[in-house]
Amino acid sequence: MSWLTQTLTSSIGKKVLMSLTGLFLCLFLVVHLIGNLQLFKDDGGYAFNTYAVTMTTFTPVKIISYLNYFFILFHAFWGIYLEVRNRKARNVKYNLIRNQSTWSSRNMALLGTILLVYIVVHMGDFWYKFHNEPLPYVQYTEMLSTGEVFSQVMPAGYTQDVKQVEFVNSDEGTRTVIVKDLYQTVSVAFQNFLLSFFYLLGMVAVGFHLYHGFQSAFQTLGINHPKYSPFIKAVGIWVFAFIIPAAFAAMPLYFYFKQF
Amino acid sequence: MNLTLKVWRQKNSQSEGYFETHQLTGISPDMSFLEMFDVLNEKLVEENKEPVAFDHDCREGICGMCSMYINGRPHGPLEGVTTCQLHMRSFSDGDTIVVEPWRATAFPVIKDLVVERSSFDRIIAAGGFVSVNTGNAQDANNIPIPKDDADDAFAAAACIGCGACVAACKNASAMLFVSAKVSQLALLPQGQAERTIRAEKMVAQMDEEGFGSCTNTGACSAECPKEISLENIARLNREYLGAKLSSKSV
Ligand code: HEM
Ligand code: SF4
Ligand code: FES
Repeated sequence: MSWLTQTLTSSIGKKVLMSLTGLFLCLFLVVHLIGNLQLFKDDGGYAFNTYAVTMTTFTPVKIISYLNYFFILFHAFWGIYLEVRNRKARNVKYNLIRNQSTWSSRNMALLGTILLVYIVVHMGDFWYKFHNEPLPYVQYTEMLSTGEVFSQVMPAGYTQDVKQVEFVNSDEGTRTVIVKDLYQTVSVAFQNFLLSFFYLLGMVAVGFHLYHGFQSAFQTLGINHPKYSPFIKAVGIWVFAFIIPAAFAAMPLYFYFKQF
Repeated sequence: MNLTLKVWRQKNSQSEGYFETHQLTGISPDMSFLEMFDVLNEKLVEENKEPVAFDHDCREGICGMCSMYINGRPHGPLEGVTTCQLHMRSFSDGDTIVVEPWRATAFPVIKDLVVERSSFDRIIAAGGFVSVNTGNAQDANNIPIPKDDADDAFAAAACIGCGACVAACKNASAMLFVSAKVSQLALLPQGQAERTIRAEKMVAQMDEEGFGSCTNTGACSAECPKEISLENIARLNREYLGAKLSSKSV
């Protein structure tokens, strides 16, 4: 074994791989959230739908997103593998346990498995549909002088070869954009109670996973310092375990209650 | 005090174990937990039964032998206390107390509550020492050591190798123990010569023994009778990764 494989397959190295992939996923969550906040814009989905096109066509973003899919799978299966190994380290179980640690920290693999199921369903809902199914198209016309946007659903059966058709009419001073209406897909999907509820559960799981996970990743990398650790812990709890999941959870809630 | 004691009995490492229940009467609250076991064993001997085997030596909290998993916690309900320093006044009259051995694949049960902890010895033998040359010792004051480092090294050196950290950890990980043993030397000038090789070898031996890997739950430090801090585990991670990146052994 080379020194590098030896390092990465040692108990500490295995954890470092969890930590680095976990932190990458944390960064992804932040970016994903910032993008998705455009769902709350009251513009008929103009900002969100054109953003979705950028995310799936711009090459650097595409490379990072494939890396991200790989990291999710790696993190999930590596985590489960570690959990199985760790259980083997105690071949006879205790009869009575009063463990002095947080519930989150003891149930990372369970929370992670919920997250994996969540991620698969989520990708099937939106990612797969966006890439493979004939979603309806929508046409946005932006008045270049005022910035006002008018949207118009394209007739059923309309389709185009490229993801985004865009033309400027300088006589009328307008810019027209035709894209798949993922915004509509999302807003219809979340009118379903069960799906919205499932998404809320997913966000609760993220919150608990990161309540322990975010600060734990730094400890794994050897970062534990009286000056910085309180800050890292606070960010883990407030930003990653609370604000980010709550902001994501607001999306299904927003569309679910909007229908009434 | 009157107590119901549920104790793990196991003939040897091969046999199946089981819980045995004993009623104890007239236990003084001032007895230590081990003295309570002495009372039980005297009773068993009088009844011509096999006494309960348990580990102990100093009975003053410094040797680390007294390994008992009491009511779901290593060394019982108090913080920063070994089983021998736990007194019956920490329990109430009429309590049921469940006592199990440390449970870890790397700590097989030898008999009743006694477990084999030589995996810890092998980790120490792999690198938990400093080589000392012969000749006169130099004047200790010639080696300046920052107060913070001395304090941290001293706190790490308080580890008595009892194994409660392994017993408490859901992964049966030995990271707290190994981190204390690496830290106490890595922080001091005397430990520098073997610093990188020590971290590499001790971690390799720890992995070999079949301990689980750390998930930073913190149960170890919460149960450690010497309150060894999790900062040591972060330091071990730094020492190990730094050693792997910088050492010349390919
Ligand atoms: C949004 C997705 C996810 C994010 C942001 C995330 C983040 C993290 C972070 C930061 C850690 C801490 C690493 C460390 O302690 O060094 C972690 C640990 C872990 N994750 Fe995830 N994770 C995600 C999804 C998953 C999934 C899908 C699974 C499994 C099916 C999973 C299973 C685990 C396990 C078992 C651990 C180790 C627990 C521990 O070391 O305490 N995670 N995760
Ligand atoms: S770190 Fe604490 S619990 Fe672990 S062996 Fe040392 S003294 Fe015992
Ligand atoms: S018997 Fe020595 S520490 Fe308890």
